[in-house]
Amino acid sequence: MDDPSRRTLMKAGGATLGAAAFARAMAPITEWAADLSVDEFLQRHYKELTRDEMDAVLRRIEAKTKEEYGADVHVEDVRPTPGVQFAYALNLSVCIGCRRCAKACHEENNHDRATNNSYIRVLEMSNGSLNLEHGTVTYDHEVPAPGKFYMPVQCHQCDNAPCVKVCPVEATWKESDGIVVVDYDWCIGCRYCEAACPYHARRFNWTKPEIPAEEINPEQAYLSNRIRPQGVMEKCTFCLHRTRKGRLPACLEACPTGARVFGNLADPDSEIRWVLENKRVFVLKEDLGTQPRFFYFFDQ
Amino acid sequence: MTRLTATAALLAMLSGCDHGFRDPSREFGPEVSDDAPMHRVEIHHPTTLGVADTPVTDAAGRPIGVACETCHGPTPDLSWAASPERPESFHEAVDLRHGTLNCNTCHDSEDRTQLHLADGALLDIEDAMTLCAQCHGVQFRDYRRGSHGGMNGYWDLRRGPRDRNHCVDCHAPHTPAYEPVLPVHPPRDRYLETTEAHPAEGGH
Repeated sequence: MDDPSRRTLMKAGGATLGAAAFARAMAPITEWAADLSVDEFLQRHYKELTRDEMDAVLRRIEAKTKEEYGADVHVEDVRPTPGVQFAYALNLSVCIGCRRCAKACHEENNHDRATNNSYIRVLEMSNGSLNLEHGTVTYDHEVPAPGKFYMPVQCHQCDNAPCVKVCPVEATWKESDGIVVVDYDWCIGCRYCEAACPYHARRFNWTKPEIPAEEINPEQAYLSNRIRPQGVMEKCTFCLHRTRKGRLPACLEACPTGARVFGNLADPDSEIRWVLENKRVFVLKEDLGTQPRFFYFFDQ
Repeated sequence: MTRLTATAALLAMLSGCDHGFRDPSREFGPEVSDDAPMHRVEIHHPTTLGVADTPVTDAAGRPIGVACETCHGPTPDLSWAASPERPESFHEAVDLRHGTLNCNTCHDSEDRTQLHLADGALLDIEDAMTLCAQCHGVQFRDYRRGSHGGMNGYWDLRRGPRDRNHCVDCHAPHTPAYEPVLPVHPPRDRYLETTEAHPAEGGH
């Protein structure tokens, strides 16, 4: 008989079904991998890279940005300057809540345009209260409003950072100049750090950031404002791509009232040291023991 | 290696955190010498200083400014102020809301191209900040210490210059109160989206 046996038919049918099921089961991985090259998959942790490997990674990111966003960008690995310890102070007596710092952050750090994302959240608070739960961020009236004060909140670059402790893969750590950074290529997107941060300072990239090519800030650093991949955490880095080269952070330059003071804690003649030594300074949620590098003060 | 440092190294290894760099030369950027020459800090020169608004406006409705010397200099030129405006009414447009001050508190009554300090000493209009500082000493001290007034450029003057605002960039001398503004860049976080089930209550 030339007819295929029942057994052969069953085998063929089973194999077809098996292959289909396998393909279906693997679909999430192949879809996910479509956005990830072999080089990226095999890339080691930031601190494990040699200079040559780091250079190759930076060139690959530049090429990928060109391919995906159509922008010519320059990505650097900007490292801390010896003898520099960064700190930031914000004068609540003069902040008017105009949110220009948040806008400057949005543009400087290549945030997703649709979500208006920014590392800075400005809380409108009632005079006499420091209860963050009662602060609002969606105000859209003239500022400063009577009876209100304004409190911008961003990453406090804590010396005892809860976000660093909870990371299961060491994708985030504190650097020698005090800045807490994220290796976006090592982050697995579990969002533990977002939950751990008492200042609500970390952001998650729910989608791939969308920015028109002409709006992309081309001066980028691996650990700061390069365009982040989807599914990873990000946070304020005190604009390390600027500040590690001696420049002021973008949010400070944008502030029209001069409410922001930035500088080197290790320099006794610095502006930041003068504020800490002479103003009524406090840190947010001091009782948590996070030891922030971000301070608030009042003039009176 | 002492026993203490050996123990510390072992603990660091076992705790699995604070790993160093495989290539230690990558850890720091270039050193900046303390002997490096300091860059300048330049105070912005406002275009409104030494210029008075006239009742005449340009096409955009902005008052046309005239330098003090035009009328108060050694050879006054009043040709621009041909009638119907009389020179005496010229400064009527000035909206003065600055405490209990009047014109002669700051402007010298003899030499109208100059300011004078409380002790009568004449002062170039260029140096107006010294005049402001007489009454606003605390703000002036804070300004000099870098904690009042906006700036641009470098926090590290060993590596670059800095530009600073002048008092009158933010505080018009005649109406110094900071004007209220509309905020920019409203947040659009996903949890701020209003739904019927979850009306927005501000959030934080």
